Amino acid sequence: MAVAQIEFSKELQSFVEEWKDKPGNLIMILHRVQQEFSYIPREAAERLSRDLSMPLAKIYGVITFYHYFKTTKPGKYRMSVCLGTACYLKGGQGLIDEAESILGIKGHEVTDDGLFSIDAVRCVGCCGLAPVLMVGDEVYGKLTKDQVPEIIAKYKSLG
Amino acid sequence: MAYKNFILVCGGTGCESSRADDIYKELIASAEALGVKDDVQIVKTGCFGFCEKGPIVKVLPSESFYVEVKPEDAREIIAEQVVKGREVTRLLYKDDRQKDRIKVEDIQFYQKQFRIVLRNCGVINPENIDEYIARDGYAALEKVLSSMKPDDVIEQLKVSGLRGRGGAGFPTWRKWMFSKGVQSDQKYVVCNADEGDPGAYMDRSTIEGDPHSVIEAMTICGYTVGSTKGFVYIRAEYPLAIERLKIALKQAREYGLLGDDILGTGFSFDIEIRLGAGAFVCGEETALLQSIEGNRGMPIPRPPFPAVKGLWGKPTIINNVETWANIPVIITKGADWFAKIGTETSKGTKVFALTGKVNNSGLVEVPMGTTLREIIFDIGGGIKGGKKFKGAQTGGPSGGIITEEFLDTPIDYESLTALGSMMGSGGLIVMDEDDCMVDVSRFYMEFCVDESCGKCSPCRIGTNQMHALLVKITKGQGTLEDLEKLEKIGLAMKKAALCGLGQTAPNPTLATIKRFRDEYVEHIVDRKCRAGKCKDLVVYSIDKDKCIGCGLCARKCPVNCISGDKTQKFTIDASKCIKCGECFKACKFSAVVKK
Repeated sequence: MAVAQIEFSKELQSFVEEWKDKPGNLIMILHRVQQEFSYIPREAAERLSRDLSMPLAKIYGVITFYHYFKTTKPGKYRMSVCLGTACYLKGGQGLIDEAESILGIKGHEVTDDGLFSIDAVRCVGCCGLAPVLMVGDEVYGKLTKDQVPEIIAKYKSLG
Repeated sequence: MAYKNFILVCGGTGCESSRADDIYKELIASAEALGVKDDVQIVKTGCFGFCEKGPIVKVLPSESFYVEVKPEDAREIIAEQVVKGREVTRLLYKDDRQKDRIKVEDIQFYQKQFRIVLRNCGVINPENIDEYIARDGYAALEKVLSSMKPDDVIEQLKVSGLRGRGGAGFPTWRKWMFSKGVQSDQKYVVCNADEGDPGAYMDRSTIEGDPHSVIEAMTICGYTVGSTKGFVYIRAEYPLAIERLKIALKQAREYGLLGDDILGTGFSFDIEIRLGAGAFVCGEETALLQSIEGNRGMPIPRPPFPAVKGLWGKPTIINNVETWANIPVIITKGADWFAKIGTETSKGTKVFALTGKVNNSGLVEVPMGTTLREIIFDIGGGIKGGKKFKGAQTGGPSGGIITEEFLDTPIDYESLTALGSMMGSGGLIVMDEDDCMVDVSRFYMEFCVDESCGKCSPCRIGTNQMHALLVKITKGQGTLEDLEKLEKIGLAMKKAALCGLGQTAPNPTLATIKRFRDEYVEHIVDRKCRAGKCKDLVVYSIDKDKCIGCGLCARKCPVNCISGDKTQKFTIDASKCIKCGECFKACKFSAVVKK
């Protein structure tokens, strides 16, 4: 079988090297991989399996167990709508419905131009601002449905 | 050189999200531009707690408390207050009751609060160890290392009555004693900062605002139980907290308060950060340990308890952030002082994240034994929009809902459990008449379905079955038999599930069936949702007497199912209606009726 090739940056390589022999390193390394690729590509998991001498099944077992790790590439602008209890009560679901209908995507889909994807997340920890929507690291709080089109348009114009 | 003024800018996540960082930068730039940068020290602190009114800026020594500040306001604050010594009146917090400027200590929100855990949040710069030290920081560690034996520390904890703040309320001293009593070449100390409970952010704010308190306490524990290695297991979703913790660890090492030969006593202890990855079940201690070991976070049966056999099979102490943050104070102020606060069985304070339909959302710390009424109506300022209180949810997906009649119960571990809820980690979510209890139960159950690790069948299958039944009821297809089924499955899960997640997952449903049975029956028998939340049960219509024929509803309707004109008034074609509620919101004459 051909060995899948994937470039790791120097920083990532040295991170893997540094953590290689530490017990319980897998989750920390996966975080670093996702930081580099914005998700965990299959080839990266295969490479880790070789580098760490760890069965691929074990690596995938961990990736798929935790919500934070993604196996598909998200949009350039990741919209995370908080569905913690406070946000849910104040209309978080409405924000998701609105964003989905504007972008024409559902669930974990990505828009055709690769710009947007939507995640429902559980509590981003600023309940005082409920309901909250994040685009990347930017937080938009105390939102109403009517403000969603404007936010999407802003990122669309950035391209 | 002495500063004339100190400006504290809230750097908690809530305020940062509202551009507090821009305010901070603008303040510094303005101070420079106006030539007063040597007169004022500008500091970014942790959370003030009053998140509802964020971003918050406080100016000392005048104690000016500015709320909802914008970056554009920064220049005015410097120009007026620092240069001319005058307050910026329009930014001051104003109370509905008192129109005049009120002092910080008189703000209703801060009355009845008592800060132990959050003692430094909003007071010090969390990225500067000197400020922590200036507030008695690391004095407890020094006291322990220089004058106390491990048994003395445990005795102090015992006298203090401190119990775990993560939910279960296990006496902290007992955990430590178990671990201390075990012979082992290695022991571990773990801080559980995997705050996954939706609607709770106490731990995040504590680490963001006062990271050294956790580091100091863990080091004290290391000395007490004989461990040299600690881990902080923290949510990856909390980047700011992680960053501040990293800075704090580095500074503590530089000051010789962490690492080899701490304070020259020969005792060594160090702490490493490990990231969570978004699994609620990892708040359960055995699952958390699995996750630190790099595995899927699945719980394992206890006993043996982690204090005896934990991380990599070694004795491991796990406490949550809030528990840790109490410990340095207990050592410096004394266990007797601490034991005087609170109720008979629950000592000290509890931090709640007060959110939902309440006027003043925020982080509040109150002595145990405070009533929910005091928290919601005095501190929280009552229900938003003058609506009617319906219930207070504590304990998140593991807790229950407390109704009006029990609002005067002094809260502690026991009283909340007796009410069918639990202390949990401290989420306190207020619900009003617009919230549907069946829908809320469905919401929590959906969360548990997502978060069940799947290891044991009572939880894996039980959550799914209960969720299916709740969905059925919210769609108006339920039967009264379904209520019995829900209770039966719920009780079975409580008895049979492997870990805390599965054992408590039925709580919100069981509690609401008990307290709001009529609402369930209404959904089932009358096919009606009084709160109007369950879309399938809502019917919109137009009251012809009130309709003035403006047509705004028809223009807002996304599916064009509203027709009519000025003379005939408007009607809704119910067969095409998707129940989005846009017409209801749009109508200025209350002519659209929701039933």
